[in-house]
Amino acid sequence: MTSRRQFIKISFAGAGTLAAGGAAWGAVKWISGKDETGITEPPLSRTPTYCEVCFWKCAGWIYKDSDGQIWKIIGNDEDLNCNGRLCPRGTGGVGMYNDEDRLKTPLIRVEERGKQVFREASWDEAFTYIADKMKAIAREHGPECIALFTHGSGGKYFGDLLQAFGSNNIAAPSYAQCRGPREVAFMATFGEGLESPEPTDIRDTKCMVLIGSHLGENMHNGQVQEMSDAIDKGAVIITVDPRFSTAASKSKYWLPIKPATDLALLLSWIHLIIKEEYYDKKYVEKYTYGFRELSEAVKNYTPEWAYGITTIPPDLIRKTAKEMANAAPAVIVHPGRHVTWYGDDTQRSRAIAILNALLGSWGRRGGFYRSEIVEIPSYPHPEFVEPSKTWRDAFPGKYVLADLALANGICDATIPVTTRDCSFKGWIVYGTNLIETLPNQKNTLEAIQNLDLMVVIDTMPMEITGWADVVLPECTYLERYDSIRVVPHRLPQIALRMPAAEPKYNSKPAYWMARQLALKLGLEAYFPFEKIEDLLDWQLKKIGTSLDEMKRIGVKTFPKAYDNLYFADDEEVEFFTNTGKIELYSTAFANEGFDPIPTYTAHPEPPPGYYRLIYGRAPMHTFSRTSNNPNLFDLMDENSLWVNPKVAKEWSLENGQRIYLKNQDEVVSEFPIKVRITERIRWDSVYMVHGFGHAEKRLRRTYGRGASDTKLITNVMLDPIMGGTGMRGNFVTFILNPEEAGVKA
Amino acid sequence: MAVNTRKCVGCSDCVVACQTENSVPIGFCRDWIVEVNNGTYPQITTEIRSERCNHCDNAPCVRCCPTGASHIIAGGIVLVKKTECIGCGACIASCPYDARYPHPSGYVDKCTFCEHRIKNGMLPACVEVCPTKCLYFGDLDDPNSDASVVLKKNRYKTLIPEAGTVPQLYFIY
Repeated sequence: MTSRRQFIKISFAGAGTLAAGGAAWGAVKWISGKDETGITEPPLSRTPTYCEVCFWKCAGWIYKDSDGQIWKIIGNDEDLNCNGRLCPRGTGGVGMYNDEDRLKTPLIRVEERGKQVFREASWDEAFTYIADKMKAIAREHGPECIALFTHGSGGKYFGDLLQAFGSNNIAAPSYAQCRGPREVAFMATFGEGLESPEPTDIRDTKCMVLIGSHLGENMHNGQVQEMSDAIDKGAVIITVDPRFSTAASKSKYWLPIKPATDLALLLSWIHLIIKEEYYDKKYVEKYTYGFRELSEAVKNYTPEWAYGITTIPPDLIRKTAKEMANAAPAVIVHPGRHVTWYGDDTQRSRAIAILNALLGSWGRRGGFYRSEIVEIPSYPHPEFVEPSKTWRDAFPGKYVLADLALANGICDATIPVTTRDCSFKGWIVYGTNLIETLPNQKNTLEAIQNLDLMVVIDTMPMEITGWADVVLPECTYLERYDSIRVVPHRLPQIALRMPAAEPKYNSKPAYWMARQLALKLGLEAYFPFEKIEDLLDWQLKKIGTSLDEMKRIGVKTFPKAYDNLYFADDEEVEFFTNTGKIELYSTAFANEGFDPIPTYTAHPEPPPGYYRLIYGRAPMHTFSRTSNNPNLFDLMDENSLWVNPKVAKEWSLENGQRIYLKNQDEVVSEFPIKVRITERIRWDSVYMVHGFGHAEKRLRRTYGRGASDTKLITNVMLDPIMGGTGMRGNFVTFILNPEEAGVKA
Repeated sequence: MAVNTRKCVGCSDCVVACQTENSVPIGFCRDWIVEVNNGTYPQITTEIRSERCNHCDNAPCVRCCPTGASHIIAGGIVLVKKTECIGCGACIASCPYDARYPHPSGYVDKCTFCEHRIKNGMLPACVEVCPTKCLYFGDLDDPNSDASVVLKKNRYKTLIPEAGTVPQLYFIY
């Protein structure tokens, strides 16, 4: 047997050999990660970036090999989003650059929409085409009839372009299809939203409650890292999920709740915390408004009442409420991220916010910290024109509490109706595959067919590009500069993205495209800097750094404005609500005619033979945008359908069998999906990872792999408060015979 | 090396970091994720493990190698000398952990614990990247190494100990 002791010796031997070969570095203490010479590695060329594979935006370094080729991406140690450790998608970001299916040159459609017939065009030709159409729309309908959908860093510049043109209809599906309800709910309660990254103090928490949030599969890097730290420190995790998620497997308590009943459980916890006097009395008295009304409203929500609805036994509800109380204020009832489920999502998020307020976790260590952000000055340009109309005019008196534009709202307002004088006529779509993002595909396609112009900017030939009039190929984030990254965190930080390589093929960065279009539209005054480098340097110098410095360090930390991450004892805090207090009773909701305190309403249940369709994330993929990435495809190349063994037995399903799915509206999945029989899911639900089942043949690797949940989401439950699209009210049944599916599909 | 299965979320970052660091061809891997589920609803346990070569003290792959390409270096790392490997695959067949794969260039490849990095004072790529910090690397004879410290404090096991290979990958559970 070899002695482990000799490990040290090889280090010496290695150093000796290398020294003899002339290398100037000889590491000895490999365990500590440092060596005695102070040099840990040979000088390698590295370029700072921040990741664009998801929207956590971790900062990292791009390394090249000795041939000058992009080799690997490693996290930046200074960055609070990643602490030097990228997630699998960030590490696999090189695949985005290497993907041979990338969009390579501008394309102009030569056939009707949806028939994938394009011709290659020059950039100038593409810009002329777009500018002419934009001008025509402005002339006939007004410039505000053009909208931008964006989900990505470069979208900012198209937003600036659109505002200069005279429209502020700029929507991100990350709002009304994802985190919008919780933003509105926390705004109503604490006077501020959560943003990204959420200010959850997970690393110091003693108890974290996840309501359907699947951290770990949902690879929000910093939070997953902190959850791991919390596990190390013995924190109690309580997971509420109809599926035994990865997070559930790390939890002390798993509450396998009947889907769509979460609000009943939350109300019952609120009831218990008040009744048992578990709440933080001093905090509630000092900071909150409406405690009496809340106590009155929840007095009948006993655990026994909730048991009948949620199927969670009363003693488990009591035990978990006690766990939260024991940990308070170092407790986090996590607000989640994708929360557009059942149409009453703002109210469910309100219940989560109220629970946190009662436990006194907002502004407290182990609860929610006070984040800070660096303000980057906008570059000098003429005032944007005030548009005469916005998307809100299409929905008079509705969704007034929505603080951002609704992507689905703009989509709906594109389909002409007699009651509205103007519909949207032009879409610019940046980095978001609306076909797989917006629920109810039929509706999306109908809207698209009513457009005079659709421009899509992307790196990959996603489904949405097939419907575009003009496709503009963007280079990947490894080949471009972008706006300075600013995100709220414990310390105010900025990060730089700069190119590590020339753009491949005939692709270009967003800033250049937006500026070229501005020139064609006579809006050059709004883009005073010809090169983005000069713009970034101008902005960076305004905040006391420079492009040169940022190229060297990648991430810069600025001094904090607050002394403390948490409220000091007896600190007077003014909350940005109507009452200046944390509103347990929401005056804003009451003013708009909504329940000021959440109430439970039952949601439809699946008919016999149907199962509720639940979808989620895999840690190695981001929505539908990464499934063709060669590195990430290699980690996961299709999704599967989680089915409880009882259900499988009833249908005589076998593991690995491929079946089609049909939903309540007779919509059939385009491709079959592989069955995964597992005890890890309830018998009334099935689960799949979102982002597969691509129907776009130009995505050669991922085409036809797995099923698309979005295609099966035709029933949308709209949130009356902020217009979010509840997507978990869809039920599917199984089609075992492919011919049957083929006929109907 | 020690792997804390209580923290691992199975994200596969270790896999892709290894692939890029070591230019492992797409379609192959030197490390991988295993998920083991037990129990029936709703009493279920799930163990997630990041696995790789166990760098066995009694390595069957080394014993069966006809050319001596598979060898153990001082310190205990099991390596393959590419230039001496004839790609016969005996080692692949003998490994109870299925830790080796045939590289398209004609030799057999496997985890090296990133020997090129550790001898320069760095951690293996998988350990350095892991978002949950569930991988611990270090000299098991040094009581103060990361791996020794974490193993002292926790319950652990090895995989297929009955094969008698004396594996050196420890799983905290």
